[in-house]
Amino acid sequence: MNASAWQMLLEGAWTTVWISAVSIAIGVVAGLVIALIRLARIPIIDQLLVLYISVARATPLVTLALFIFLSAPDLGLDLNRSVAGILALSLNTTAFNAEIWRSAFRNFSREQSEAAMATGMTPWITFRRIMLPQMVITSLPGLVNEMSFLIKGSPAIAVIGIVDLTRVTNRISAVTYEPLPPILVAGALYMAIIGCLVWLQRLAERRANRLAM
Amino acid sequence: MSNWDILWDERAQFWNGFLSTLEIFGLSIVGAFLIGCGLLYLLEGSRKRLTMPLRIFIDGMRMLPFLILAYLLYYGLPSVGIRLDAWWSGVGALAVYHGAYFAEIFRGNRLTFPPGQIEAAEAHGFIKGKMFFRLLLPQIIMQTRPLLGNQLIYALKDTAFLVIITVSELTAAANSLSSTYFIPTEAFIVVIGFYWAISVTMEIIIKQCGRFSAKRGFDNV
Repeated sequence: MNASAWQMLLEGAWTTVWISAVSIAIGVVAGLVIALIRLARIPIIDQLLVLYISVARATPLVTLALFIFLSAPDLGLDLNRSVAGILALSLNTTAFNAEIWRSAFRNFSREQSEAAMATGMTPWITFRRIMLPQMVITSLPGLVNEMSFLIKGSPAIAVIGIVDLTRVTNRISAVTYEPLPPILVAGALYMAIIGCLVWLQRLAERRANRLAM
Repeated sequence: MSNWDILWDERAQFWNGFLSTLEIFGLSIVGAFLIGCGLLYLLEGSRKRLTMPLRIFIDGMRMLPFLILAYLLYYGLPSVGIRLDAWWSGVGALAVYHGAYFAEIFRGNRLTFPPGQIEAAEAHGFIKGKMFFRLLLPQIIMQTRPLLGNQLIYALKDTAFLVIITVSELTAAANSLSSTYFIPTEAFIVVIGFYWAISVTMEIIIKQCGRFSAKRGFDNV
């Protein structure tokens, strides 16, 4: 492998990282919103959300990415590849995150919300000041786990032509006729990315535990 | 003729894709299960020299995307002289990858076992192999079944990656139909329905296993 191959690999890694990061950000926030809506138990919307979560958790990312990218023009949307990829990844991860947030809500202690109500906090302030900080800490391990699943699933977007870290190995081996080195390097880069995430989680947990004391 | 009629006429293609996905999935989870049990058995052994490389292998698999492993088997192995076709490298990659996950799930559960049970079995004269198959494995499998169920769903979803290394399965069927007739929306809705049906069925089976395991008293150890 020469310098240009290394550069291509790093560019692919960057594509994977930024698309995953955007989808993670969307997924975490949208998951929280869906969990909140589900708490309200609005009749028809609740069933629709249950259906969405069930279907999205069962749909393979490759299928979802192809579905979104190929059928967008049919539905009158003009998506470019990156947007379709981000949409597929975030639709998938939102469903998982919604479940993580919801279980954090369910396990939140009643006494604390009652105490907050007794001291005259409005529901919004209770949520913002009391519930959310604690819920972030309790659901962090689950969320980070889901983030690493998303990065491990991100090669699916290669199927719609995004040149990510996995796809780039094909391009390099098409020139060099040596597929093994780029694949091994790509694997090592994935390990580094996911290792970083796990390390960040450990750091965050240590900080959170200190705050909780 | 509406788009749905076209799809109905091509139902054989969906059905073949569905069967081939089920075949890949079934074969690879059986392989993964055996690999998981084998890794657990090796970890159970007291040989310290073996434990370290096994842990590194399992953790390495957990940090790698599935598709990279499939690429390694399909594109990478020919350079060292081993040539597998797309189907077998797909099934092999699925089995190895999810085998490592199964092993990790089993190992996590094994750590929670009270040591008294093993000592009691040893005091009764169980040899290691028999103790593993009669006592440890059944308990571990029944206790980890929700996690195993999740992992099975992940394995099902990973079969779709094989379309990238040209295995013809369910997603490939939808892809080829949508490019033949230009009806991607309907074709993919049908395929997503198929995947959904498989995972709902699996969830029901896991729940039934829960009933069985409660009856046999596996849950309150």
